[in-house]
Amino acid sequence: MSVHRHGTTGPGCAGTCCLRVDGLGVNFGHEEVLRNVSFHLHCGEIVALIGPNGAGKSSLFRTILGQIPHTGTIEFQRAGGDKTRPLIGYVPQSPVFDRGDPVSVFDFFSAAISPYPVFLPSPRRLRARVAECLSRVHGEGLLDRRMGALSGGELQRVLLALALEPLPHILVLDEPLSGVDIDGEKQLLDMLDEIRTSYDLSILLSTHDFATLGQFADKVILLKNEVLKVGTPEEVLSSREFQDVFHLNLGKGERG
Amino acid sequence: MDFFAALLQPFQWGFMRSALLAVLVISPLFGLLSTMVVTSRMSFFSDALGHSAFTGIAIGTLCGLADPLWMAVLLAAAFALLFTYVRRRSNMASDTVIGVFSSTAVALGIFIATFGGGSFTQYNSLLIGDILSVEPAKIALLAVILLVVVVLWLASFNHLMLAAIHPALADSRGVKVFWQEAVFSVAIAVVVTVSMTWVGLLVINSLLVLPAAAGRNVARNMRQYHLSSVLAALIAGLAGLMISYYIGSSAGASITLCLAVWFAITFLLRRRRL
Repeated sequence: MSVHRHGTTGPGCAGTCCLRVDGLGVNFGHEEVLRNVSFHLHCGEIVALIGPNGAGKSSLFRTILGQIPHTGTIEFQRAGGDKTRPLIGYVPQSPVFDRGDPVSVFDFFSAAISPYPVFLPSPRRLRARVAECLSRVHGEGLLDRRMGALSGGELQRVLLALALEPLPHILVLDEPLSGVDIDGEKQLLDMLDEIRTSYDLSILLSTHDFATLGQFADKVILLKNEVLKVGTPEEVLSSREFQDVFHLNLGKGERG
Repeated sequence: MDFFAALLQPFQWGFMRSALLAVLVISPLFGLLSTMVVTSRMSFFSDALGHSAFTGIAIGTLCGLADPLWMAVLLAAAFALLFTYVRRRSNMASDTVIGVFSSTAVALGIFIATFGGGSFTQYNSLLIGDILSVEPAKIALLAVILLVVVVLWLASFNHLMLAAIHPALADSRGVKVFWQEAVFSVAIAVVVTVSMTWVGLLVINSLLVLPAAAGRNVARNMRQYHLSSVLAALIAGLAGLMISYYIGSSAGASITLCLAVWFAITFLLRRRRL
């Protein structure tokens, strides 16, 4: 894969932080979902979030999106010291579409980006605009397919194209690789790298696929309700915390 | 008597002309709402609403209101809001929450209707419905409701659909998911309550489910879905009215059976789409 790893600072970004999360805490009732979570996301960086199910990855995303109340601070900084809330493109965990759902890619897409009612005959300009958005993920041909008939990889590409319209400052992807076959996975990762370079935006994604981490992530955050380890893919994957969380040392005779 | 004469013959009667008008207004209304009821998996919910509407009528009658309809509309709307709230705030599956609400509403309705040894028979007409009893003023009311729903559809169908498909994604794109759901539930509540008297409580839900359920068998996008759903409701409405005139059966039940036949046809015709 032709992915070259950025340093902690992207070119032309002079080390600016796009997103600065500090001492973040989230509670659902009495349950503490996130505790004292702190990390920085730099411009042009791809950061992967890993952790077991229920570690709070999706909650962290939804908190960054402003959907869940929290303690601690989330600060955004844009070029020129502008601290207003940036646009965040969100690619959710693949929704489940019934195969029979009469929702075409065009319906879904245009409902999200335009107020023009999707049940009326579609104007040519709107179709052209959606097709153009889809072309960013090489998905022009998907326009009239039904959402329920898309493969996992195709669905992720449509969701990605939607997250890129309007062009965000930060792209957040919730398990984009789940339900995607091996070809789709390579295509998706290449595309993310292409997007990162051509639009200079920061990408935060969660994944369970540790094998490919080293090929695309600049930084990996190991999360289990709190941040257990932050570092390069090699650092995190070889850390004791990683092995503990995923019980990789079981059966190695430690209890001996 | 040739076919066209047979088609026109019933409408020499004033009550049949009223019924025809009512069908022409009610069926597109249900056809339209049905698309969203099916897409957002609320078919059981609309059934429960009918039950709460009945409770409203029972309370209204108990209070001695001349027209208990308004009490029923209010109660059904409150029920819809409360339900939307509880569904969002609890981790229970939707069908469980609906079951809780539905059975409570029915029990309360029967309790009030039979309170102090009251007889239930006066409510029997609600269960079956009678479209021939529709008055011009009520048709006008239905027409206004149809207009409001069409405006609602034009203004917020896109958001409604996104909220149904993926609430978190909709939220991230600025859709007020709770309010979309709330407004839609209230719309169903009002429509079900107002038309219950003519369509009949027992079959009213089928009008909210069958048109779009059949539509799903043939439609590939939202335009085909809406078109087929509204047309099916309209045609079945007219056919059911004629059948009920010539056979003397309940109009609500006849319309429902026409829709069921249409569903069966589309089911057999559906393309095997992979």
